[in-house]
Amino acid sequence: MSNSDQILDDVTKKEYEYGFYTEVESDRAPKGLNEDIIRLISTKKNEPEWMLEWRLDAYRKWLEMTEPTWLKPKYEKPNFQDITYYAAPKKKKGPDSLDEVDPELLKTFEKLGISLDEQKRLTGVAMDVVVDSVSVATTFKKTLRELGIIFCSMSEAIQEHPELVKKYLGTVVPKSDNFYAALNSAVFTDGSFCYIPKGVKCPMELSTYFRINEAGTGQFERTLVVADAGSYVSYLEGCTAPQRDENQLHAAVVELVALDDAEIKYSTVQNWYPGDANGKGGVYNFVTKRGICEKNAKISWTQVETGSAVTWKYPSCILKGDNSIGEFYSVAVTNNHQQADTGTKMIHLGKNTKSTIISKGICAGSSDGSYRGLVKIGPRAHNARNFSQCDSLLMGDGCGSHTFPYIETQNKTAKIEHEATTSKIGEDQIFYCNQRGIGTEEAVALIVNGYAKEVLNKLPMEFAVEAQKLLAISLEGSVG
Amino acid sequence: MLDIKNLHASIEEKDILKGINLQVKPGEVHAIMGPNGSGKSTLSSVIAGREDYEVTDGSIDFLGENVLDLSPEERAQLGIFLSFQYPIEIPGVSVSNFLKTSINEIRKAKGEEPMGAADLLKKMREKLKVLEMDKAFLSRSLNEGFSGGEKKRNEIFQMAMLEPKLAILDETDSGLDIDALRIVAQGVNKFRNKDNAVVVITHYQRLLDYIVPDVVHVLMDGKIVKTGDKNLALELEDKGYDWIKKEVASL
Repeated sequence: MSNSDQILDDVTKKEYEYGFYTEVESDRAPKGLNEDIIRLISTKKNEPEWMLEWRLDAYRKWLEMTEPTWLKPKYEKPNFQDITYYAAPKKKKGPDSLDEVDPELLKTFEKLGISLDEQKRLTGVAMDVVVDSVSVATTFKKTLRELGIIFCSMSEAIQEHPELVKKYLGTVVPKSDNFYAALNSAVFTDGSFCYIPKGVKCPMELSTYFRINEAGTGQFERTLVVADAGSYVSYLEGCTAPQRDENQLHAAVVELVALDDAEIKYSTVQNWYPGDANGKGGVYNFVTKRGICEKNAKISWTQVETGSAVTWKYPSCILKGDNSIGEFYSVAVTNNHQQADTGTKMIHLGKNTKSTIISKGICAGSSDGSYRGLVKIGPRAHNARNFSQCDSLLMGDGCGSHTFPYIETQNKTAKIEHEATTSKIGEDQIFYCNQRGIGTEEAVALIVNGYAKEVLNKLPMEFAVEAQKLLAISLEGSVG
Repeated sequence: MLDIKNLHASIEEKDILKGINLQVKPGEVHAIMGPNGSGKSTLSSVIAGREDYEVTDGSIDFLGENVLDLSPEERAQLGIFLSFQYPIEIPGVSVSNFLKTSINEIRKAKGEEPMGAADLLKKMREKLKVLEMDKAFLSRSLNEGFSGGEKKRNEIFQMAMLEPKLAILDETDSGLDIDALRIVAQGVNKFRNKDNAVVVITHYQRLLDYIVPDVVHVLMDGKIVKTGDKNLALELEDKGYDWIKKEVASL
């Protein structure tokens, strides 16, 4: 066995590092989905009547929809009656501080290297931590409150700020938008809500760590970020999940609203369990993420996707207002038997709207990665501009990479550029690094990080370091 | 320092090296000359540990260790440096980041702490000066869009930074104009000391005007057929390789 084969072998047999399971007593609903379950969720969460009606309406719409079949990834369809739709860690009442948080949970965070104390002290990042759908710790709320910024769990927002939730929920991703968005609308248990008032620049990165924790629990997060006129916010979403044999479904919905002159920067690092080397297990990540830009507003999506067995995700921008800007920067890594179908949609409606798409796919093992993107220029979008660059980096001979760029334009003044490249990590590059004392693993990390640099540079500093490490871990030993 | 005995190596079943014997001591400069296809670059690749080549017989000892059992990075960590004939491009990785990784991986292998950013930068600036290179060079992507001359200078810059025990320069002079040649040679001469050694692989004598060898070897058809002092290089420049071929044939 040659040296690189040996490494490949070692690593593909290596277990998922975050594959542990936290024992926390939980309060869970019976498996399956019907109107009673939705009523139960709504009651458990002490929701107002309008929210329950909203959910039920979504559920009825969902019943009439069918699962999409146009995806490139092939997977076993989830059995929606075999999923538990509600599970919450048992608690006396909402904890006011970390001391009240279940020590088991805190230990989990320590294993992930994200001790809250450390986060609070060193980085000044306010975190709304979500474990199994219910927020258990919220920090830095006070500082934010002084600025009028609302950053809380979705459940809390429904209780405390119903007028805002009512006004914006479902306005960017309607209940009937797609099969999984409808499902999410019916059964979401929690998520994050963020509101930045007029003219306020949020002084810190708002960060949420999501984790899926309970065996067989589907996770249906709902995130809503509203940046009022002239405001700015940078929002970070990071995810890791413990190891499971059965596939876990994750169908989140994220809605961003950037009002006139506002800017939202939304960064994601996604590292859910990808399944083992034989393609067994892993998370199904079917997410709907979309933002709407009013006049002169800007939305920037940055994502580093290394996890999940199947990813289906297109963070999109509706450039409704004149002069608004949409950006999408993505690195998607697939290894072993992972499948990813990801990209973006840039819908240009306003005049002088601009969008930029930089997509970097990295495929290794027997994985399959697709970029699927739509650039649509509406009839009134005079002088709209788009630049797209879709690169693929292949490692080994067993993987596949595909690009599906769709362009629809109804306005002759539009300027659209599309560039695409496919390359392979060469043995020459590896040997060159080796000769400088850099081992093969480290060399792959170096080369891949160089390749993805344009995207990694867009991430906030503390996230960029984590993302770099994650890229290296995900691809360990994949050069053969 | 370097002790090669009866080295045989092949690629895809084709024998390239057919019994090389070579001893290099600390403080020495050896030149290996020879016509195209004689096995010069193969020899450097085999010493550095390139997997494409299969060593079928013989041994390579470096500082008393049998390097044939070591991976390419372990050899580099021991102090073997190869200046590539065709340096490889790595897009998005800056020269400084690459060097930092390289230096710190080598230090890690020796059980040393990583070098601090300030020390590293200071050293880089010093070495850049010797090679008459601008510091803007540090932030460029490794070898990407470099001219032939810049690539070679970058190799010698890395050598100066890594301070290996043994530097093998594989046709470092090819593609260099006379000024660049002088600067590169200056870098090599500045690097030399009584504890390290340099093996210069070249077609032409002109580099040896600047880097004066202690020993000159002629490699032909996978074997060292003649060894002499620096005058041998001059003689080759003057008369070409044919007379040696005849000499070998008559044996």
